[in-house]
Amino acid sequence: MTEKANQNTNVVVDTLRAWSTNAIEEVIEFRGETTLVVPRKVLRAIAARCRDDGTLQFNLLTDATCVDRFPMEPRFELNYHLVSIPKRLKVRLRVRLAGDDPVVDSLVPVWPGANWLEREIFDLFGIQFTGHPDLRRILLPDDWEGHPLRKDYPVEGFRDVPAIATRYTRGRP
Amino acid sequence: MTVVETATGAAKTMVLNMGPQHPSTHGVLRILLELDGETVVKAVPDLGYLHTGIEKSCEDKTYSQAITLTDRMDYLNPLGNNLVYCLAVERLLGLEVPKRAQYIRVLLVELQRISSHLVWLGTHAIDLGAMSVFLYCFREREEILKIFEFVAGQRMMTSYIRIGGLALEPPTGWIQRVEKFLKMMPGRIDEYESLLTGNRIWLGRTKGIGYISLEDAIALSMTGPTLRAAGLAYDNRKMFSYSSYEEFEFDVPTRTDSDCFGRYMVRVAEMRESLKIVRQAIAKIPADGPIRTEAPGIVPPGREKMKTEMEALIYHFKIFTEGFSPPPGEAFVTVESPRGELGCFVASDGSPKPVRVHFRSPSYINLQALPKLIEGQLISDVIACIGTIDIVLGEVDR
Repeated sequence: MTEKANQNTNVVVDTLRAWSTNAIEEVIEFRGETTLVVPRKVLRAIAARCRDDGTLQFNLLTDATCVDRFPMEPRFELNYHLVSIPKRLKVRLRVRLAGDDPVVDSLVPVWPGANWLEREIFDLFGIQFTGHPDLRRILLPDDWEGHPLRKDYPVEGFRDVPAIATRYTRGRP
Repeated sequence: MTVVETATGAAKTMVLNMGPQHPSTHGVLRILLELDGETVVKAVPDLGYLHTGIEKSCEDKTYSQAITLTDRMDYLNPLGNNLVYCLAVERLLGLEVPKRAQYIRVLLVELQRISSHLVWLGTHAIDLGAMSVFLYCFREREEILKIFEFVAGQRMMTSYIRIGGLALEPPTGWIQRVEKFLKMMPGRIDEYESLLTGNRIWLGRTKGIGYISLEDAIALSMTGPTLRAAGLAYDNRKMFSYSSYEEFEFDVPTRTDSDCFGRYMVRVAEMRESLKIVRQAIAKIPADGPIRTEAPGIVPPGREKMKTEMEALIYHFKIFTEGFSPPPGEAFVTVESPRGELGCFVASDGSPKPVRVHFRSPSYINLQALPKLIEGQLISDVIACIGTIDIVLGEVDR
């Protein structure tokens, strides 16, 4: 099972390396899952290649999500999970983004399904997607301040902190 | 209601606000509908009314504490949510789960699939004016919930599937209850079909409504019965097998009409397939054997051990106070939920709390295709189209 997974992995890596030598910065293998770290500049080109290449055919963008590694830099890791239904392959594309410049090309032109996934990441992490047709907040209200899934945003939120603080300190020195 | 003049000034359209408290939205979904007469020109879904920050809360809990939060996302499929989270953490840890626990997991998740489809069928039918189907569906769902209560002690938020196995040994006699249900259920599905499949009103409300082409469905990342009704047999249980599904024989029902009626037929056929899997699982489950894997420091030891072995007691204390630390890395596991591909992404940095837990919720992603389904249709069909995607707002907003 594991051997087969590794062979499939090689197909993806080999095909992309054959297409462009600097397409993949790093290949991470963990528990049978393959992560391809790609440079930010070529993300959209690689995504389009993954979809259109005859030996890969990653036609389904199943998920996109972000991890905040604060205080490490580059702090944001953007993960796109691709599935090739015809070839039964899975791969994860990863882009690393610096905290002071969280901008990346949108993948909506490649997979229209990326629309809400990227809106969610924009909403909760504050990452800007250039070329996104409708980059608005989706889960939080439009006037919300901050991006709650960032690590420097407290779990209990900002808004209630003063109220709680006065409640606990009332009557005390 | 406001009247909006379009750029040309010739045609007049009206913007109608539907929801968030509309009963047919099955929760709190708001849709802005731009209407030309009775035809929908444009639809803009607005969500987030039920956003509870479950993913953020998971980051503040240990790996085993977060299980109870997963139940509360998709409240029609709590066991499936437990399963996908536990599979992801088990992959991070490299844990193998005993076969007996895997089969019991399969059995329960398939029962859950039937109960979820029953709720879908009942509510979809009541939205379209067939009151009695709702009552029949909930009658059978109650039987499934009684089985869950018997096995796990809870009707809905069971949290029964745990990291490394199951929470507790199922009580004696539970298999007999499932068998009783299996005897009763096929006839009941026939009953629903006799009420709906040939019903002229039902056909009129569902046939040709909410069409989406296969290309569009894949491009919009749709999965589950909506994709299968468009003609593609994409099912995680077959494609990327988990929890020993490869040992079970079942078909993946597909249709090619890709309308509300096709999705109805797919889901009814799926209920029958689930019954087949449950029947096979009963035959496979060994009478005794461990329900949890042996992993000191990760999986809580049994009661007997804790009373006789000092290490077991220490591990038990440490698991529930400090938690356990998986190696740094990420895992993304997908399972087939009643609504489509349910995924869980867990990232670990080697500490007892996850860095990030993300759920790929099928309702959220399928809902994205709603404007595609309803634009150009009549406003009365909007309700049929919302129902046919089978959304659970708890999972959409998380």
